[in-house]
Amino acid sequence: MISVRLKSIIVKELWAILRDPRTRITLLVPPIVQLAIFGFATTLEVKNITLGVLNHDSGAWSHEVIQRVAGSPNVARIIALQSDEQVRQAMDRQRVIAVLRFESNFSGNVTSGRGGVIGMISDGRRSNAAQIVSGYLDQIAVQVGASVAPVQMRAAAPPGSIVLNWFNRNLDYLWFTMPALIAIISAISAMSVVAQSVARERELGTYDQLMVSPLRVGEILVGKMVPPVLIGTFVTTVYVILIPLLFAVPLTGSVALLYAALVFYLLALTGVGMLVSVLSATQQQAFLGMFLVAIPLILLSGYASPVDNMPGWLQAIAHLDPATYFLRVTTGVFLKAMPARDVLDNCWPLALICVVTLSASALLFRSRME
Amino acid sequence: MSPQDIAHAGGTGQSGDPVGDAQRGRRQFESRVDMRRFLALLGKESRQILRDPSTALIAFVLPLLLLFLFGYGVNLDTARTRIGIDQRDHSQEASSLAHDFAASRWFDVVDAQPIATLGRELVAGQIRGIIVIPDGFGRDVAGGGGTIQVIADGALPNMAGFIGGYADGVRANWMTQRALEQGQATTERNPAIRVEHRYWFNPELTSRFFLVPGSIAVVMTMIGTLLTALVVAREWERGTLEGLMATPIGMGEFIATKVVPYFLLGLCSMALCALLEIFLFDVPFRGSPPALLAISAVFLLPALGQGLLISAATRNQFVASQIALLTAFLPTMLLSGFLFEIDSMPAPIRLLTYLVPARYLIPQLQTVFLAGDDWQLFIPDMAMLLGFGTFFFAIAVKVTRRRVA
Repeated sequence: MISVRLKSIIVKELWAILRDPRTRITLLVPPIVQLAIFGFATTLEVKNITLGVLNHDSGAWSHEVIQRVAGSPNVARIIALQSDEQVRQAMDRQRVIAVLRFESNFSGNVTSGRGGVIGMISDGRRSNAAQIVSGYLDQIAVQVGASVAPVQMRAAAPPGSIVLNWFNRNLDYLWFTMPALIAIISAISAMSVVAQSVARERELGTYDQLMVSPLRVGEILVGKMVPPVLIGTFVTTVYVILIPLLFAVPLTGSVALLYAALVFYLLALTGVGMLVSVLSATQQQAFLGMFLVAIPLILLSGYASPVDNMPGWLQAIAHLDPATYFLRVTTGVFLKAMPARDVLDNCWPLALICVVTLSASALLFRSRME
Repeated sequence: MSPQDIAHAGGTGQSGDPVGDAQRGRRQFESRVDMRRFLALLGKESRQILRDPSTALIAFVLPLLLLFLFGYGVNLDTARTRIGIDQRDHSQEASSLAHDFAASRWFDVVDAQPIATLGRELVAGQIRGIIVIPDGFGRDVAGGGGTIQVIADGALPNMAGFIGGYADGVRANWMTQRALEQGQATTERNPAIRVEHRYWFNPELTSRFFLVPGSIAVVMTMIGTLLTALVVAREWERGTLEGLMATPIGMGEFIATKVVPYFLLGLCSMALCALLEIFLFDVPFRGSPPALLAISAVFLLPALGQGLLISAATRNQFVASQIALLTAFLPTMLLSGFLFEIDSMPAPIRLLTYLVPARYLIPQLQTVFLAGDDWQLFIPDMAMLLGFGTFFFAIAVKVTRRRVA
């Protein structure tokens, strides 16, 4: 049974947040805008690139390579450059991400069997994109090369590797970003709300009133945890509905499991946010403190780059990050039909984070009464 | 602000004003600037900033945290990927290839199991790929063939792409090595066409070099927009701003006292970032310090203008913080081209990036660090930023006037 006291504090906390129409809008609209913009924007694929070409070769093979490059779905434009000076300018100004150079003997070398060499200069300032574009060019070189000497390449049963990509056959990046975005956006929404909760009372001076009321510390904290959990659940629900509908990302697993993990995740987040809030004297401190926590929470979660790529000691820190676990659950439930056991494996660390942070908050909350 | 401050500021404003009434009415703005009063207000704002520990957190702890995370945490350079091997063939060839996978610098073979077990580990995320060496592999190799199967975790699309490529690389190397050992001519002959790669500005392609200058953009956005928006919104919330408006200070003076301290704080924080990047993270600095200073100073104008605008339009700390997060911080992180390539985004979002001031900052920062001073690249971008700055300030002044009136 929920006591009358608990009920009234929950109602009060909900009102405190939802009373102001602008607050209501800022809680509900941005997550949807973010879904659209950041879902599409945060791709590590490289498309639509502009390449420069400096061609000193008048033969057929350089022409053939350029045609293939121009026909690639990843290349939007090719700029013909006339001199080394133009190459330098185009590169310096970032008008092109890379320049292909064909020497005058390129086609001659290809036909004579000496092998033609394409000189490729890429912009190392954008190292990741440059590397991927280099890979595309290597593939094109191999393809065009194969048409030079088709007979030589044929073997009885060619050795090779058959590569299969499970869960996401075409390696569509959106299939990763969208489920991962659930973990990020619900964290931002929930933590923004909870971080303000205690700090606002302190800034406005209503903290003391709360302290002299008959409410117990536990009841106050529970009351303050309800709105962020509700808002996080709402945002997630919108996402779970929109992602398969608008972006055709398959939802292969159990939605019930996703929600079970979500509750643990939101509780862990409110625990972390509550700790920040209790430690802050003003809303400004609470917000900036929340921000300092949210940045590593997002960057270490595996959203920006895989946790596996981090050095070992940083992976250990990433294990303290609630988003790491929930991101595994969202991508797992969406793409991998993750079974209950694996979901549970990611829930108990969340429960642990929640218990530790909330106990610390309750202790601090009490000690700050004096 | 204490009552004494207001009284003092007001007093000097009245007595030190030599301009006549008619002119004052017409040129209210300029005529009322009083240097002593201005400095007093500036001193008050600066002390207020330095007193709050959360400001120090953002100006000096956030840069450290970001550099640290971008330097070590956001690593797009592929590390050793955990894989499992299902070796169904027990020939010497299969074992030798499995050994090569275990010794590879790209892979960390954590398990050797049948594929059913490995598949469950792939779902749980314990491994990222599976190599299947099929039954009869040794016999196939002897016959000139030899195919392996590579299964990659498509839930991490980028890593999956690397796994496919690198696994085939390990296999091809093993084949070549084996052919050499047996004294055969390699099957791979000189390719008809190959690409010779060179990378300007960052020959080793260290991803840290392009990520780390981006942290300057994030830190300056935080101080310029977020911090300013929060602080000024609080003054609106508490009504202290109306109090200030009732004194004789002009609008220009008022905005300057609010903005100058954060401008200086932003530059200090930028300098801290730059020094750490150069000396701690070994990021090359090929441009000149004055250029970096100019680039940063120009970027702070739109950032501060946006902050003022948000605070004046919302007058509520929570709403201001959320709007600043949505319109300043997230676009700087995601739409400025610092983490994700702008060219690769769909056309409508690409158009949207033209409205993100940080989009004009990132190429300048990357260039001043990795390439050198290139004013022909800097000047058009700076002109855009100045344009944004003027626009934001003009609107902020307008909104503030309306709100006070």
